[in-house]
Amino acid sequence: MKAVISVIGRDSVGIIAKVSTSCAECGVNILDISQTVLEDYFTMIMITDIDRMTVSFSEFVDRMDKLGRESSLQIHAMHEDIFNSMHKI
Amino acid sequence: MLAIENIIETINMIREECLDIRTITMGISLYDCLSEDPNRLADNVYDKIMHSAANLVSTGMEIEKKYGIPIVNKRVAVTPVALLAGRLDHDGVVKIAKTLDRAARELGINFIGGYSALVQKGATNGGRTLIESIPEALSVTDLVCSSVNVASTKAGINMDAVAEMGHIIKKTAVMTADRGSIGCAKLVVFANAPEDNPFMAGAFHGIGEPETVINVGVSGPGVVASAIRRAGDCNLLELAELIKKTAFKITRVGQLVAREAAEKLNVPFGIVDLSLAPTPEIGDSVAYILESMGLERCGCAGTTACLALLNDAVKKGGVMASPQVGGLSGAFIPVSEDAGMIQAAKCGSLTIEKLEAMTAVCSVGLDMIAIPGDTDDAVISGIIADEISIGVANTKTTAVRLIPAQGCSVGDMVSFGGLLGEAPVMRVNTGSPAKFIGRGGHIPAPIHSLKN
Repeated sequence: MKAVISVIGRDSVGIIAKVSTSCAECGVNILDISQTVLEDYFTMIMITDIDRMTVSFSEFVDRMDKLGRESSLQIHAMHEDIFNSMHKI
Repeated sequence: MLAIENIIETINMIREECLDIRTITMGISLYDCLSEDPNRLADNVYDKIMHSAANLVSTGMEIEKKYGIPIVNKRVAVTPVALLAGRLDHDGVVKIAKTLDRAARELGINFIGGYSALVQKGATNGGRTLIESIPEALSVTDLVCSSVNVASTKAGINMDAVAEMGHIIKKTAVMTADRGSIGCAKLVVFANAPEDNPFMAGAFHGIGEPETVINVGVSGPGVVASAIRRAGDCNLLELAELIKKTAFKITRVGQLVAREAAEKLNVPFGIVDLSLAPTPEIGDSVAYILESMGLERCGCAGTTACLALLNDAVKKGGVMASPQVGGLSGAFIPVSEDAGMIQAAKCGSLTIEKLEAMTAVCSVGLDMIAIPGDTDDAVISGIIADEISIGVANTKTTAVRLIPAQGCSVGDMVSFGGLLGEAPVMRVNTGSPAKFIGRGGHIPAPIHSLKN
């Protein structure tokens, strides 16, 4: 199973490092990262493998939320099924 | 592999365009609660609801977190209480209302529906007792919702019940006058009431439903309005296609949530309701969709046509997205719960007469409309009769949820708080239909009801 982590906010040093450290701590494997910076505005979409996750999905969502608040970013982890069901027939 | 543009589209729908799941509603049958003893009956009702819906709120929150989409309401709908009330007196049936309220509060759900009676052909003892008790029941409870089905295409219109409901609505308004007559915001009069509707105030667990069931209502007017705005100057055929595609996406999320909730709660999945349900939040309005299609203001000429196109396209997109659709399934046009409708009513562009025309092409009816507190009971019954006739003649659901706001006159604002919003008191035609309503009896079923 996969989860999508979205990070939106003002660009600063070490955003990817912070998110990927948190992922590593939870046993979440990063499969793909795409990012854009538009006029200081940072958007990153990370696709991750959560099969060997060491915490519950709910706890992981909380961790990402907390990290977002601490870094003044919007960080959300969402299960892949919501994207699959919306965009695939 | 997931495409980045699809991921961003979904995230924008949720974060910027107010996409949410409006409600997960668990239907619970109360047939097995029957007892000779009214106290025992109330205890059985309490136990059954508490047991069946014990995990409803926590499951809703869990799903909310997993998919990152808000699930605004968790609700319960029960067997129409009139069916249990045959031997109850006034106090006995009000006790059931209090029991429902207590259970809802303890479960942490937002509303509980089913304080209802189906009297389209005539009222049973239970139906009569329940209807008579509605004003008190709604004044001593906070979370209980009530509905009365007074007509169907098959049965015609029970005009005695229509006359009675004029008095009941007025009395409910008076008994909750200290709270903006809020009791009336939880009371709906129906024609062709659906038995699997997840939306309040009209939800109840129909007589042909299973023991328990999960029904889900989606929302998403903001998503549709944004898609239309982005499309620019396309023609109406292209617009209809665009709305269909958007409705498909919205409904797929509803289906995902419904399936997951049903699995987790070990309860059968019932239906996804395709209604576009607005909220008073800016950007979550059905009126804004109509305006983004090219109307200067909701209520102006062209409004009914825009709504007809919208309603049809939403259904066509939605049915592809779920194996079972049902409930009300159509665009809602509640005045107080829709920022654009409130504005349009305030500036005089939207009138009750125009709203009545609009209900001929969409779900659901004259919904959440504040009228002057001194409106005559017979006028209220007349408005009900008109609206219900549209439903009966067109083989569709229509409903009336009017709030005769006590102490208020045309132009005043009445606030109900939360999702119920606020409404400007609208003008009604005060010419009296008292003689017509006073005739009582029955308006027969239309000829096209004879389909066999």
